[in-house]
Formats: sequence, structure tokens, C-alpha cells
Amino acid sequence: MSHLAAGLPFASVPLFAGLLSAPVGVAHYLVVGAILFTAGVVCMALKRNALGVLMGIELVLNGANVNFVAFSSPYLRGEGAASLGLDGQIIALFVILLAAAEAAVALAITLNFYNNHATVDIDRAEDLKG
Amino acid sequence: MDPASQLPTLLGLAWLTPLVSFVAILFFGPRMGHHGKNAAWVATAAIVTSLVLSLAAFGTWLAAHPVAAVAHGSHDSGASHAEGHAAGAHGEHDADAGHDADAGHGEHAGHGEHHAARVPVAYSGDWYTLYQGGDLRLSIGWYIDALTVLMFVVVTFIATCIHVYASGYMHDELHDVTDHEVHLSDGGHLHRPGRFPRFFQALSLFCFSMLGILIAGNLAMVFIFWELVGICSWFLIGFYFERKSASTAANKAFIVNRVGDFGMLIGLMALWGALGTLHFADSTVAAPDGSAVTKPGLFSLVRPAATGHALQVPDGMVTFANADEVGRIAAEHAARPSDGADEIASRIDGWRSQGIGRWLLFIAGVGIFCGCVGKSAQFPLFVWLPDAMEGPTPVSALVHSATMVAAGVYLVGRFYPVLTPDVLLVIAITGGITLFIAATIALVANDIKRVLAYSTVSQLGYMMLALGVGGWSAGLFHLVTHAFFKSLLFLCSGSVIHACHTNDMRKMGGLARVMPWTAGTMLVGCLAIIGAGIPFVIGLSGYYSKDAILAQALSYSQANPSWSILFYAVAGGAFLTAFYMFRLWFMTFAGTPRDHHVADHAHESPTVMVAPLVVLSVLAIVAGWTLPGGFGIANLVEQARPAGTDVTSTGGFLFGSLTVPAEHLSHEGAIHVTATLTAFVTAAAGVLLAAAMYLWRMISPTVVAYMFRPVYTFLSHRWYFDELYDAIFVRPAFAVASLASGTDRGVIDKLIDGIAWSARQLAGLDAWIDRNLVDGLVNATATATWNVGLELKKLQTGRLRQYVMFIVVGTVALFVLASMLFRAALAS
Repeated sequence: MSHLAAGLPFASVPLFAGLLSAPVGVAHYLVVGAILFTAGVVCMALKRNALGVLMGIELVLNGANVNFVAFSSPYLRGEGAASLGLDGQIIALFVILLAAAEAAVALAITLNFYNNHATVDIDRAEDLKG
Repeated sequence: MDPASQLPTLLGLAWLTPLVSFVAILFFGPRMGHHGKNAAWVATAAIVTSLVLSLAAFGTWLAAHPVAAVAHGSHDSGASHAEGHAAGAHGEHDADAGHDADAGHGEHAGHGEHHAARVPVAYSGDWYTLYQGGDLRLSIGWYIDALTVLMFVVVTFIATCIHVYASGYMHDELHDVTDHEVHLSDGGHLHRPGRFPRFFQALSLFCFSMLGILIAGNLAMVFIFWELVGICSWFLIGFYFERKSASTAANKAFIVNRVGDFGMLIGLMALWGALGTLHFADSTVAAPDGSAVTKPGLFSLVRPAATGHALQVPDGMVTFANADEVGRIAAEHAARPSDGADEIASRIDGWRSQGIGRWLLFIAGVGIFCGCVGKSAQFPLFVWLPDAMEGPTPVSALVHSATMVAAGVYLVGRFYPVLTPDVLLVIAITGGITLFIAATIALVANDIKRVLAYSTVSQLGYMMLALGVGGWSAGLFHLVTHAFFKSLLFLCSGSVIHACHTNDMRKMGGLARVMPWTAGTMLVGCLAIIGAGIPFVIGLSGYYSKDAILAQALSYSQANPSWSILFYAVAGGAFLTAFYMFRLWFMTFAGTPRDHHVADHAHESPTVMVAPLVVLSVLAIVAGWTLPGGFGIANLVEQARPAGTDVTSTGGFLFGSLTVPAEHLSHEGAIHVTATLTAFVTAAAGVLLAAAMYLWRMISPTVVAYMFRPVYTFLSHRWYFDELYDAIFVRPAFAVASLASGTDRGVIDKLIDGIAWSARQLAGLDAWIDRNLVDGLVNATATATWNVGLELKKLQTGRLRQYVMFIVVGTVALFVLASMLFRAALAS
């Protein structure tokens, strides 16, 4: 198993060395969250479609959610089932809630933008430039 | 019927009524009818009310103290003692100080045996205390004796006549006035609204002030109203203040009077400093422990009952003048102050006999007289009075007869008990000089009002001289009779001026035909002023008063031969008076008109002006008469004679020994006959000479004037007094003023201008720094901020994806930075 892991190019990065051979813990989730986050940021930066940008935002938020949940889980932290520790889950729920509200507002803005400009290309939204 | 409480009420009301009228006209005058026409009614009603109240007081007085024949000497000491008894019982002291009055009476009776000293009935008291601190008590109070009551009636009566007359005379002021004597810079004449209410307003205040002097119970109150009279004269003389001559005359009267008042202040200070009181009569004051004590007034301090009311230097003045010695004795007995006080008290009589303190009494008397010199226009301060003719004629009549100039004589009469023989001689000499100078100037004056003005000055000189030679009742008697005939003469002259529109007698003549009433009444006035009468039988009012003055002057001359010049001054003055008065009458009314233009327009004045003339002329005839029962003004005045002045007194240290003869001695046969004959002969000579020159034209006035040209010029320039004062007072004052103004302009102004200039330069520098350095710094900061903002603006591109890139790059940069910093921190 560790051998397999060591054979992958991923494992040659010092930061991630040992990840594949170690039992699944907080760090693995953090990596997933970071990948999600980075994918979201890249999506935001590269998409010209406003809806695509919104999707990227969802990815960023959920990348953060993964982190919250991971940090919150006692199993993952290796401390046994000592406590219920629901803080991270609850914050994640808040984030989801806020993300829903934000998406509603953002979609409303997009809709209005579309009504005014007949497009959702955010490169055309430069009316407020300095 | 208690006169002690009734008289102050009646006279107090009579005194305050004109004040009410003044206030009413002051605030509502212009609204009183068309152009304030009804202000005349208000003022006249007020003065008539005063007259009625004064007459009521007069009646009350007569009911309580019937006028009897003059008590001569000691042969009827019984009667005079009874009079003194009455005085002790309810005069001199307040009614509420009954036990004091009894005590005074008892003491008085003890001395009555050998002195028969008569104490006049007088009521005194205070209405209101203005200020009390230490010894000084300033109060509004009353001192009422026969003289006060008589003067109240005279003043209010004459003022009533003048109010009535003025309501006719001043009718020009009822509409807009064009003053032909005021030339404006554009060559036109001044056109101004009428000032009818204003005239009556000042007239009311004038009456109020004069009555205040009459009723005043202390010298401080006299001084207050003295100054009020001064300011009223300023208002009235300067009534036509747009005329330069009128405003100058008003200022002159005011300033000259201030000179006299300065002397009066010195007198007041001498009295108060040494004696601690300014009250005439004894007054009751509350002691610190609450009991009422009698504080002696000026009269009883100077003429204490203990000496039989003979004049002596009061204790207060002796110790005041000898303060060093008193202080030394007090210091010696510092251990037991009461011994020191006894020691001082025991030595006062010794000091007094050395003459210590007599200078102080002399200065006090002369000081008070200085005030009277100003008000009563005596030498050397008489120059204001002729110029005061610039006021409307009713004002001249009021000022010259009953109010302002009378105030001075009245005050000398009131203050008479305090005056020493030396002061009296000063007064007599001043009066003599005045009467002579004024009479000579009147000889050559051509302005009808100026002749009368100088005759007033001259007659005031008579009064002062009479008071100075010991003729107390003669002087005040002449004051009363003169008030009647001089107001008559002035109102007559006003009537003439009203008809002729000129003051110049050389343009008049023959007016008796067109103005019979005025001519007749003026003739009465002229006869009264020269003292016309059938010797020893009957005469006009002036006959009695002038004879009394002549007799007293003669009596004084016989007692003091070195001062017999005073008698010659009076006799010569009588001749001159007769001459110039009849010169005036002949030039104005007799003969043929000199200027037909004037004569054709002349007319008799309206009834409202003639009626007062007739009333006054009747009084000018009868005022001097003594009725068979003894009632008469002379005896009424005699009733108020100050205690101790009815006997011959001797004294004097400055001018050698002086004898002031008792006035009743002048009624003795030899003196009386000589005086009466002298008066008759001099007056008759004066009238005859005037008739010869101006009626029958036997002697030409022009030839006489030519023959005595230097004298004539000298007299017509009024002895060069105005020029003299101009040279020695006015010009130096102007020189000092121009020096002061030169200093002000040349030095002080320059200094201030220099300071201002430097301050301005400094401020300019400050402004430059502010504009360039401070503002520059602030502006540079603002510009820099602006430019940075312009640059930063370019960052805001509006491209969302670019922003995201910024965020990502920024975050990564932060992480890199943080990790490097942490490395460094961990390494250390």
C-alpha cells in the first residue's frame, strides 16, 4: 500500500509524503478541501459566464465546509468517540445556508444584469470601473 | 389748624406741582393738541395750582402768626419776647420733639431777661433722607418761615403772570418757524418745526427748581436745586439754540455760574468738614441706641442761644482749625480720652478769643456768597446776565425777577445768620461795585432789553449791598418789590418788541399813542424802580424798599466812617437808575416816531399779554404799602428776621473793626429823613436830566456823547469786561486747548498711527506666511492625495475575473510572505 503510494508522483511532494500510507485522517480531508477550493477559485477566475463564476463560488464555499467538518470530527482527529463535537458540522450548515442566500442574491443580480445587458458575460460588467 | 404739619404739606405740594407738569409735557407734550398747543394750559394750570396752594399756606401762616408792626429795640421786649415764646413752643423744632422744644424754651426764657432776643418762627424737618453716612446726612427737607411763605407766593404769582403772558407771546412756535436770524450755508434761513411744548416744559422745571431752593431745609438741597436752576436757565436762554448768539449766551451763563458754584462748593465743604451738618435748623435724628437726639443746625451752632444768639465761631470750627493742638492734647491723654475731651472743651473759649477758626467761618461765608455772586450776577460774574437776553422775553422776565437771580439774594438772606461782619463787608463792597458798574453801562445801552438787564444787575447790587450793611429786611424787601416791577418792566419790553420787531430803542419813539396800556404800565414800572413817591407820605413799592436800603447804608456809613463810600454808591446809583430808566421810557414812548416803518406797524398787544401787565403794575404800586393794622411785606419779612440779627453787632478782623448797626436804628428820625430826602433828590435829578435830554431836548445826547467820548466809548463797551475776560480767561483757555489738541494730533495721534502702521505691517507678514507656507503645505498634501487617488483609480478596472486574480495572487503572496517570515522567526 505504502509502496503503491510512494510510486505516485503525488507522493513525491514532501508536503504530502506519507499521506497515502497513513490512515485516513484530517490531513486527507484538508487536501480534498484544498483541491475543491482551488478548483472553485480557478473556475471563478477563468469563467466569463456569471453562472460559472457562481458555481466556482459554491465550490470554494464547500471546500471550506469540508475543512470545518474534518476538523470537527473526533474520529478523524483520532481522539475516539469521546464527544459529540458538532461545532464544525453546525458551522458547515450555516455556510450552506449562507451560500443558498448568497446564491439567491447573486442570481437576482445576474438576472437583472441580463435584463439590462442581454448577456451574462462578466467581462462586459465594467460600468463601475475607475 | 396746625401750621407745623400743614405748611410743609401745602408748600411741598406747591413745589411738586410744576414737576408733575414738567414730566407730563416731557412725555406727552407733542400730543397735547395741535403742535402741543395745550402744553401751555398744562403748565399754567400747574403753576396756578402752586399759586393757590402757596396762598393757602400764606393764609395758614397769617392765621397762626399775625403780622404786627415791627418790634423796635428793647422798649417793647414784651411783645418780641412773646413772639420768641411762640417760636420756642412750635417753631424751630419738629412737633414730635416736644420735650426738646420745652427745654429750648426754658433756656431761652432765662436769657430773655437781659437780651430780649427774638427767635423767628420756623418749621423744619425732613421728608426723605437721600444718604446717611457718618456725620453726613443729605436729605430732602423743609425750612419754612415767613420769608419762605412770602417768596413762594411771589414766585408762583409772577410765574403765573409770565405763563399767561408766554402763552400769547410764544404763539409763533405753534407752527413751523422760519428763523431769520439763522443763516444757512446755502444762503437761506433756517426752517424748523415749532417748539411750543418744549418752552413750557422748561418753564415748569424752572419753577420747580426755584421753589425747591425756597423750601430747602439744608444747604445740600439748596445746592441740588441751585444746579437745576442753572440747567433750566441753559435750556431757556438757549431756546433759539440754532442762533449762534443764543447758544453762546446759554453756555456763557452756564459756565460763569459754574465758576461761582465752585466757590459755593468750597463753602459747603468748609461747613460740613468743620461742623458736620448742612441743615439750617436743628434737626432730630436717631442716635445709635435708638433714642431721638437733637442735632444742632448751622444757625444754632453759629448763633447759640447761650450767647443770646450773638455770632461766635462755632466749637467745631475752632477745633477743626486748631487740629494740631487738639491732636497733641488728645495724645497726651491717650490713657483716659475723657480727660482729653474735657481739657479740649475747657480751652475752646481761650482759642476762640485768640481768633482761631474765624478764617474758616469767613471762608465758609464767602464761599456760599460766591455761589450767589454767580447766580445773582454780581461783580465780577455779572457778564452772563445781559447776554441772557437772547432767550425769549418771558424767560428774561422770569430769570430776572423772580427766579434765578432772586435765588442768590434769597440764599444770602437765608444764610445771613452765619455771615460774619467781614463777610458782610465783602458782600456790601461787591454789591456796591456791581450796582455802580451796571448802572453806568445801562446809561448808554440802546437795546431795550439790555438796559433792563443792566438795571437788574444794578438792583441786585442794591440788594446785596443792603444785606451787606446789615439791612437784612431791607434787602429782602427790595427783592420782593423788585420782583414785581422788574417782571412788569420786562413783560412791557416784550410787548414793545412784539409790536416793533426790534430791540433797538433808537428806532422807537412815540409809541405811547399806539400802545397806551403798555406805555402806562411801563411808566408805573419805571416809577417803581426809581422809588418814586411823595416823601414821608406815600409812594410806589420801590419807594419803601429803596429808602430802607439808603437808610441802612447811611446808618452803616455813620457807624463805620471809613466805609461811607457805600452810601455814596447807593445814592449815586439811585440817580443813575432814575436817569437810565426814564431815558428808556422817553426814547421808547415819548416824542415822535424816529422810524416810521416801525411806528406804522406797531400795535397794542393782545389782551392775554396786557392783562398780566396790568395786574403786575397794580402790585408794583401797592407791594410796598403797610396797612394800618401793620400788615405789609416789610413787616412780614421782619417776622422771619434771624435770631440775634436785630441788635447792633461789632466784629471784624480782616478789615479792622466793623460795626453792623441794628436795622431798626435806620428808622430813627435823623437817618430816615436824610435817606428819604437823598433818595427823592437823586431820583428827581435823574428824571429831570433824562427829560432834559430826551423829552425836551434841551441838551443833545449826541453832543454829550461827543464831549465825553472816551467815557462814552468805555461805557458802551461795557467797561471792556467781555474783552477783559476774553483776554485773560477765554484766550488762554483756547491757547491751552489748542496746545492740548496740537499735542493730541501731533504726538498722541502720531504715536497711535505709528503703532497701527507697524501692526498692519506685521499682519501683512503674517498673512503672507499664512497664505504661502501654511496654506501651501495643506494644499500640497491635498494635491498629493489627489494624484495618488488618480493613480489608484486605474486599478479599479471593473473586471471581476481580474479582481479574483488579484485576490488569489494577493493571498498567495501573503502566504509566501508569512511562511518566509515564520521561517525567519523560527530560525531565530
